[in-house]
Formats: sequence, C-alpha cells, structure tokens
Amino acid sequence: MKLLYFAWVRERVGKAEEQIDPPAGVTTVGQLIAWLARRDEQYAYAFENPKVIRAAIDRSHVRADAAIAGASEIAFFPPMTGG
Amino acid sequence: MEPMTTTIRLQREAFDVAAETARMTRGRTDVGAVVTFTGLCRADENGEPIAALTLEHYPDMAVAEIARHVEEASARWPLLSVTVIHRYGRIVPGEAIVLVATVSSHREAAFAAAEFLMDYLKTRAPFWKQVEKPTGSAWVDAKATDNAAAERWSVPPPRRHEAAK
Repeated sequence: MKLLYFAWVRERVGKAEEQIDPPAGVTTVGQLIAWLARRDEQYAYAFENPKVIRAAIDRSHVRADAAIAGASEIAFFPPMTGG
Repeated sequence: MEPMTTTIRLQREAFDVAAETARMTRGRTDVGAVVTFTGLCRADENGEPIAALTLEHYPDMAVAEIARHVEEASARWPLLSVTVIHRYGRIVPGEAIVLVATVSSHREAAFAAAEFLMDYLKTRAPFWKQVEKPTGSAWVDAKATDNAAAERWSVPPPRRHEAAK
C-alpha cells in the first residue's frame, strides 16, 4: 500500500511517500504507526507522539482503530491548519 | 428549480471575489442573498511578525473533503450556489488565502452555510501552514478554538425549508 506524509511528518520521515508491505499482525492505523516508529530514528521522531498524528485512508479521515486492510493509500499528517 | 451549483478550486493564483459572485448569480432570478468570506494572510502569527506563509496540501483529499462538506451544507440549508477557493503555495501578508461564497434566496442559509464551511475548512481540510519569520521557518500549530468552532455544528439544526413569502 502507498503511504503519504505531509508537513512536519514528511520532514521528519524524510520522504513524501513510499510503498510498504506491513506484516500480518499490523491491522489498524494505530498499529501501523507503532510499526513505522520502530523502523529507524527518523520514523521514531516523526511518530514520537501518536496523539498528534492524524490519518486518512483513501482520502477520508480515520481514527487510530480503523482497519487498514484493503486501503490503497494511507496518509499521515499533523492537525490541519487550512482555511 | 435549478440544482445547486458547486465550484471547488485549489490554486496557487489569487482569485477575484467579484468575478466569482457575478458568475454564481448571473441569469438567476431567485437570488436574494450572497455571502462571501475571504480569509487573508495577516502580517503576524502568535504575536510575531511573518514575511510570508506557505501552504502545503494533499490535493485529492482536499477536493474530496471540501466537496463532502459542501454537500452537507446543501443538505442542511437551501442553497442555490456555493464556491470554495483555497490557495496553496507561498502567500504574503495582505493576500487572500481562501474564499467561501454562498448564494441563497434568503439570508439565513447563506450566512449559516458560509460559517459552517469555514469552521470545517479550518479543521478538516488537509492544508498545513508554514510561516517565514526572521528567526526561520516554522509550522503553525492547529488551534483548540478552531476545533471547538467546528464541533458546535455537530448537532444539526432542525431542517428548515425557506417558506415562500
């Protein structure tokens, strides 16, 4: 599945997007964040406070307990400051 | 009755409010109210002067999310036309960032829908602001007051259809 990163999440991870293949045990957005945080220091820094990370699956806002199965695109970003 | 017209645009360039409202009302005889909100870039953020702000966005989701809220607004209020234009990229103080324009037969719907759409734009539209200050660039934090403003729309008002006078 494709992951997208925006704003300071993108800066800390060091990339705007990537393709990943999460292992079988990772089934929710919250678990995906925890799995990403363990990859390396940059990811750990980006996801050090999961409470401020927002997520969208296929361009709709979701909560941490949302299932990731079947998602084609998951985005992670800070709280929004548009408008 | 004509269906409601919706225009949603994300763009770098400045927009022309008068041109947009002229387009929305042209040829219609049922328009009694036009409300526009224009959000501008201030010269300060949190009390500190800024040289500019830069807006990053998630294009596909921004259009989808704005469209969802316009649809919700049209379900709640009798609207004839809605336009939302949101700029991205580098914007300097004094320039406009966002336009929400609503057209209806009577003013209640146009005022309420414009405020509703702005409250949601501030909290759910995927844009992120970065400010340029003398000390360097910094991401703007989301405000608790914006979240509170959006939440007050959570209980929908009873649907009120405009009665013909």
